Amino acid sequence: MSVAKPLPHDSAPLQVTGQARYIDDMPLPANALHLAFGLSEVAHGELTGVDLSAVRAAPGVVAVLTAADLPFANDVSPSAHDEPLLAMGTVHYVGQPIFVVAAESHLAARKAARLAQVEIAEKPAILTIDQALAADSRFEDGPRIYEKGDAPSAIAAAPVVVEGRLELGGQEHFYLEGQAALALPQEGGDMVVHSSTQHPTEIQHKVAEALGVPMHAVRVEVRRMGGGFGGKESQGNALAVACAVIARQTGRPVKMRYDRDDDMVITGKRHDFRIDYRVGVDAVGRIQGIEFTQYTRCGWAQDLSLPVADRAMLHADNAYHLAHARIVSHRLKTNTQSATAYRGFGGPQGMVGVERVMDHVAQQLGLDPLAVRKANFYAPAEAGGLSAPHAPAARPPEDISQQKKTAEVQTTPYHMAVEDFILHELIARLEESSDFAERRAAVDAWNAANPILKKGIALTPVKFGISFTLTHLNQAGALVHVYQDGSIHMNHGGTEMGQGLFRKVAQVAAEVFGVAPEVVKITATDTGKVPNTSATAASSGSDLNGMAVKAACETIRARMAEFIAREYQAEAGAVRFAGGQVHVGGESLEFAEVVQRAYLARVSLSSTGFYRTPKVEWDRIAGRGRPFYYFAYGAAATEVVIDSLTGENRILRADILHDAGASLNPALDIGQIEGGYVQGAGWLTTEELVWDDRGRLRTHAPSTYKIPACSDRPEVFNVALWDGANREETIYRSKAVGEPPFMLGISAWSALADAVAACGPGYPDLQAPATAEEVLAAIGRARS
Amino acid sequence: MTQTQSIQLTVNGEPVNASVPVRMNLVDFLRQELGLTGSHVGCEHGVCGACTIEVDGAPIRGCLMLAVQANGATVTTVEGLADTDRADALKAAFRDRNALQCGFCTPGMLTSALSYVESGGPADRTAIREHISGNYCRCTGYQAIVDAICDVIGKEAKS
Ligand code: FES
Ligand code: FES
Repeated sequence: MSVAKPLPHDSAPLQVTGQARYIDDMPLPANALHLAFGLSEVAHGELTGVDLSAVRAAPGVVAVLTAADLPFANDVSPSAHDEPLLAMGTVHYVGQPIFVVAAESHLAARKAARLAQVEIAEKPAILTIDQALAADSRFEDGPRIYEKGDAPSAIAAAPVVVEGRLELGGQEHFYLEGQAALALPQEGGDMVVHSSTQHPTEIQHKVAEALGVPMHAVRVEVRRMGGGFGGKESQGNALAVACAVIARQTGRPVKMRYDRDDDMVITGKRHDFRIDYRVGVDAVGRIQGIEFTQYTRCGWAQDLSLPVADRAMLHADNAYHLAHARIVSHRLKTNTQSATAYRGFGGPQGMVGVERVMDHVAQQLGLDPLAVRKANFYAPAEAGGLSAPHAPAARPPEDISQQKKTAEVQTTPYHMAVEDFILHELIARLEESSDFAERRAAVDAWNAANPILKKGIALTPVKFGISFTLTHLNQAGALVHVYQDGSIHMNHGGTEMGQGLFRKVAQVAAEVFGVAPEVVKITATDTGKVPNTSATAASSGSDLNGMAVKAACETIRARMAEFIAREYQAEAGAVRFAGGQVHVGGESLEFAEVVQRAYLARVSLSSTGFYRTPKVEWDRIAGRGRPFYYFAYGAAATEVVIDSLTGENRILRADILHDAGASLNPALDIGQIEGGYVQGAGWLTTEELVWDDRGRLRTHAPSTYKIPACSDRPEVFNVALWDGANREETIYRSKAVGEPPFMLGISAWSALADAVAACGPGYPDLQAPATAEEVLAAIGRARS
Repeated sequence: MTQTQSIQLTVNGEPVNASVPVRMNLVDFLRQELGLTGSHVGCEHGVCGACTIEVDGAPIRGCLMLAVQANGATVTTVEGLADTDRADALKAAFRDRNALQCGFCTPGMLTSALSYVESGGPADRTAIREHISGNYCRCTGYQAIVDAICDVIGKEAKS
């Protein structure tokens, strides 16, 4: 067995010796050029004069281009063709590229870019949600609305109504390797591009448009990224296109990498949100009706904002059955960076909204927040098939009144049946393994005895929908060759950004052929090998590419089986591939020997593979259908301590139980869970983006933007995998694991809210991120 | 405009003579002039630790030191660590513990970890956390990195 083994990351031996190459490490021909953008310092205005003479005259400068100099398409948008590579007439945010400098060195290009004289007639900028609403500055014609039942009436009829507002900050990706691209001109006008991107096909597409050539003239290769997290889904387009255009013009290799400040100023981030909520509940906190209004700042261009905002709506329920729900989403256009994909893709924002509601309801009714959460959970999945009886034992006692209703499967606010809900059992197990009840009591006792340091504890669930909500993206291709010596070359459309996708998919290939994982060569993603790929995003990497590789391998294996069965007068179906051997008609042959014989017998040993996700079907305008193939689940219990005099805080302990289905590789999955939790907790605690009133991002470097360091992570950190298989037929019944654990970090924020609530009788109304400053302000509210 | 100065130093055991722009920082010199691209740049202003290298036995940030300041110094990069067995146990532990994902932070992280292990730091998680808190990792959540360092110290204590 090759799958389910905790094999180390395939690049580990190269990474620990400094041999693993990222774009900026690739050896360059001596005549290579380096690029830098000249950026707008104004949030909104008309370009009235651009004097680049000093830039052109600067040492080492070879070329300077503005929008007028671009030969073909001036567009790097992944969606609406509204994102010029270089500004045309109008500038839309501080940091927008206006011109590009090509010079003999990175430093020469950057220095020269500073010398431009740019005159801009400033116009009023729309920076905030309120400004955008006042100006009706938005994408799409109006808000999107998803609705189920009759929320206003249900709220009106409820005994208690809770309402509030949450302001939820964005997040910088802070992939350790900044954006980078390298273009190498080829004969006949062809172009090879190396890019640090999650979406090679998009790079190929945008480069082809910019060069005025068919996509077949552009080949994009990606071996690895130094982190992506969604930030390299569309944000690499600008660099790759700029490199390719100048490589075409000069005939020289061209490289571009953003310095960290430029990276943070130019590129999009996680969308920040404002979420207003109104909820009617009964005496035990069960939601009768709920209304959410989500406002998000999308920035100046559309980018991926529509599907991000959709996904926020699709996760407004998280783990809770909302019989009467109305979710309204405003996608606002502002003069700021174009907000983009970031791990969870809007899901985390939607989920924080309802977790906040749970805490608020509990506080208002004086109930235990975990009890309120459980009272609202979806009904448990049925043990067997859809017709099998329910297992009432698995249901907690407070759910008794719902038992009758669960005869029909409960649906989400977008009318999808929830058939695989495992959080009742999963949370029961986590409560036990984390001693949650005892620690809850200990925290309360501590808070009663200690006036200064206050503790908080919270357990929050995650239910995350898996599949691209743009249904056609749920497809993948693969290309597999078996060479005559028995070694295997494997290629697929997924990209490696550290998540271990290549290793997992190689395990799949090794499994199908029954060979050791070392027999399978992992190769760079290449648009010349597998075409029309979707971004490695939406956690879909191993689900989609694993299946495509499996299909390709099975095709070759079937040919080999048929051939060798004939040789031994056996049944093809009875040939087995295992342990590096092929078992046929009572004989055991070396895999390589069978390959060699098949080759001599003129059997094709190469195949493509293809996969499309079944069952998904979705109408994003109506808000109806099945956008997700399945849900991934998890839960985290976090304990924190705050200093009520300063607002400073620490995560003391986190316990996680997460559902990766039948894990393809438990070591890699646990790595995703640990990293996801810490990144999610960072988003909601220390990572604060600040723009000033002129639209300038003031937190544009790690000196002012604080991601979690080792000393910020939980002192005690227990992570375990839930040991259940996916009920859908995914690759070896595993589940996607890239994004879902990110939202486990919500428990850290909820625990901070719990600690703040212990400081006084008032409602603390904790916002996010809960920086020390915000915690202190919330303590003030609790005490007033 | 660009002033240069000649320097002599030892890099990964080899003598190096070079004429460098006075404003070039050490990590750029190693990467661009010597082709030692194992040391990475993540922020170029001393916060992320990706550029951590060893100069005269101590971990320093290659983006905060000028190449000219390394005149006469002994510099060891991740490639140099690979030439000796000094970091073998740590490298194996990083691999086995899955203490790297994208790997971009790894060379700097290994260098910081090695200084902790070689200075006789205890297998105390709090002390390890503090020691490597100047090296950012955006992928792993650090748990596996601390585990790997603990493993190495534990094994050395036994042997
Ligand atoms: S690159 Fe030197 S500390 Fe970040
Ligand atoms: S492994 Fe990616 S930054 Fe550490």
